[in-house]
Amino acid sequence: MSSNLAAAERGQVLTVQRVGGERAFRRRLMELGLVPGTRVELVGVAPLGDPIELLLRGSCLSIRRAEAEQVVVVGVEAAREPRPNSTRLEPELETRSAM
Amino acid sequence: MSAEACHEPAIESAQPADAAPRRRVVLVGNPNVGKTTLFNRLTGQNARVGNYPGITVERRSGDLALGDDGVAEVVDVPGAYSLTARSPEEQLAINSTLGIGGFEAPDLVVAVVDAGQLIRNLYLVLQLAELRVPLLVVLNMIDEASEPRPDPAAVAQLFGAPTLATNARSGEGIEALRTEIARCLNEHTDARLDLAYPADLRASLDRVADALPQGWHKNVERDRALALWALTSIDPEDELESVPPALRERCLDVQRDLAGRDLDLEVIGARYAFLDAHADRIFGRTAKHPPKRAGSARLDRVLLHPVFGFLAFVGIMLLMFLALFSWAEPAIALIEAAFGGLAELAKARLPAGVARDFLTDGVIGGVGNVLVFLPQILLLFLFIGLLEDSGYMARVAYLMDRIMRALGLHGRAFVPMLSGFACAVPAILATRTMERRRDRLLTMMVVPLMTCSARLPVYSLIIAALFPDRTLLGFLPLGAVLMVAMYVFSIVMTLLAAAVIGRTVVRGRRVPLILELPPYRVPLLRGVLRMMWERAWVFLKEAGTVILACTIVLWALLSFPRVEPTPAPPAVAVTQPAPSDAAVRATALERSYGGRLGKALEPALEPLGFDWKIGIGLIGAFAAREVFVSTLGVVYGVGAADEDTSPLRQRIKSETRADGTPVHSALTGLSLMVFFALACQCMSTLAVVRRETRSWRWPAFLFAYMTTLAYLASLLVYQGGRWLGLG
Repeated sequence: MSSNLAAAERGQVLTVQRVGGERAFRRRLMELGLVPGTRVELVGVAPLGDPIELLLRGSCLSIRRAEAEQVVVVGVEAAREPRPNSTRLEPELETRSAM
Repeated sequence: MSAEACHEPAIESAQPADAAPRRRVVLVGNPNVGKTTLFNRLTGQNARVGNYPGITVERRSGDLALGDDGVAEVVDVPGAYSLTARSPEEQLAINSTLGIGGFEAPDLVVAVVDAGQLIRNLYLVLQLAELRVPLLVVLNMIDEASEPRPDPAAVAQLFGAPTLATNARSGEGIEALRTEIARCLNEHTDARLDLAYPADLRASLDRVADALPQGWHKNVERDRALALWALTSIDPEDELESVPPALRERCLDVQRDLAGRDLDLEVIGARYAFLDAHADRIFGRTAKHPPKRAGSARLDRVLLHPVFGFLAFVGIMLLMFLALFSWAEPAIALIEAAFGGLAELAKARLPAGVARDFLTDGVIGGVGNVLVFLPQILLLFLFIGLLEDSGYMARVAYLMDRIMRALGLHGRAFVPMLSGFACAVPAILATRTMERRRDRLLTMMVVPLMTCSARLPVYSLIIAALFPDRTLLGFLPLGAVLMVAMYVFSIVMTLLAAAVIGRTVVRGRRVPLILELPPYRVPLLRGVLRMMWERAWVFLKEAGTVILACTIVLWALLSFPRVEPTPAPPAVAVTQPAPSDAAVRATALERSYGGRLGKALEPALEPLGFDWKIGIGLIGAFAAREVFVSTLGVVYGVGAADEDTSPLRQRIKSETRADGTPVHSALTGLSLMVFFALACQCMSTLAVVRRETRSWRWPAFLFAYMTTLAYLASLLVYQGGRWLGLG
């Protein structure tokens, strides 16, 4: 079951499946660690509804919804299934609530 | 005119021509890793602020004492997450670490990483190791790393580069780092790392490597890594500048051949796979999904809250604005009084003549004109320093992105825009907090439209002199309503200008937002003070000289040719007897080149409702808008005047034409206020725009568009008002 990052709920921890978007943006986002297989949490949404705040690899990044829609993620359960291209799969996948 | 870079010679070149070859150490690292604090620790008090050639990015360098090993130059390279680049600003990282594109090769690259966000930070280190640079890795902010702490030895082994842990804030590990830098400079070993990229990629890399320019070649491994950099950076849409055409062409060729493959994902994915695979060796455990730092998470729950977050935001911004608007005032008054006193003293001591007037009105007045900006500049950069270092500036951009994006501006433009209500000069200097040249330019082009504090005396004078002292709806004083209207007008015009200029003159691709929200940290006052001083010094040195020169030119314009002390009959009948000294000064001003210019401008100003006296006032106001008031005081022969002086108000009100009709009315007043709201009547603004863009083209454009806009708007107001039967 895959979905995009913009559709995630606050506090949800997801696994990145595919990063889309314009080349320079996509490259920079991946270089910041948002590569397929990475776990990402939607930490918050700006008071005006956009942008959103993500937590990945221990750092907080903010991107806009329009771009977050291009990031395909799978829920925690789905991440258990082995996928090609995935470089890191961890056995213990605790779900945490944000607040 | 395009948003592309202007190729004016930089004030200081990247490589000062030293007599002896100096060893050069460059500091690189992601933003917010304490690189500047480390730089300050290493260099002590001797930072030099210059410029990189060709682009408007500041280059900070300083001397690092190495004991018996002499001195090395340390260069603080602007923060970067990666070496891949799309813009000339991003290209600095690769050019300065490799010594390509006109840069000299460093003897040592010190990569500063945040030990608390290690894996992401090591991405840049990995690129440097692939490029075989002489590398030293510093795990900074080691105190913030969660347990188990990263093991420097494991990092060192991974990249073939010595690795140390430091805490630049406390000074922990700095002496060891100094010793290690000296050792590395003497031993000169290159880092090394070879990732297993798909084998078929190698042929492509070698094809690109063949096209590298002569000076970029070093050894096979570096050539391949550089080819990889070129393949992942260059594309038909990049804005890179110092890329040789042959290399660009080859890259595009190879990319065509690789079409269908996701090169970026293959390369970046392989790199992160490598880092993740070694995370357990570095940390002694597998890196899980680490939670947000507890302190920052708690603070953000308040500061990014839909209600409390905005209240806190408004409070912080209000505090900053009040500081600029009111707290700076006593210091400004003190500087003005000191220079006024100095000029008086010189006038009393020196024999009358051109030399005396040049010294008092030109030089002393000019230096005063420069120094008067210091209180606001220092205060604004105190706030910016605190906001940046604490991590809140990124939150400003986060909170305001939705609004600022709609205006075509960067979220970070909010602070400069707000500062513009106090003064455009510090506001333009503050545009440096934005990385993209296009964002900076656009902000600089519209900030001068904000109602700065220098416009207020002009508005006060006009409102008091030409508008009836009455209330609207029985309780709203007309003057206050007009003042508020002028603020609203300026905001609307600024937003309109941003929309138009952002779509035409400084058109740029809409760049998706990627904003790091760094952990909150207590700002280091020492670093902030140092930054304030550097900003102020750069202003004095580079914009100050231009402002001083303009003051002298303006003084000469309004003082020559000199009039003999015997007053000739004035050209226009003076209806009231005035003190003879004031009359002499009025005549002198009228006959000066500036006065003649004012008269020559009269036909152009008449459709706006202005006469030549206003014209002279407008010329005088170029020194600073509030000078309009004192210039009018001289023109009308009432002597020294400020906006509260009733003789000046009376004279403006009672001024009549030859046929007895009043020259000024509420309508000319409104037209004049609109003109002041929009015109770029401020040489200091133009001087700092020149400084920040390193080009005369942008100040020229700013002056031209604002003056045109002001003229047309005033024309519309005055002619429209007359057509409606007003005035």
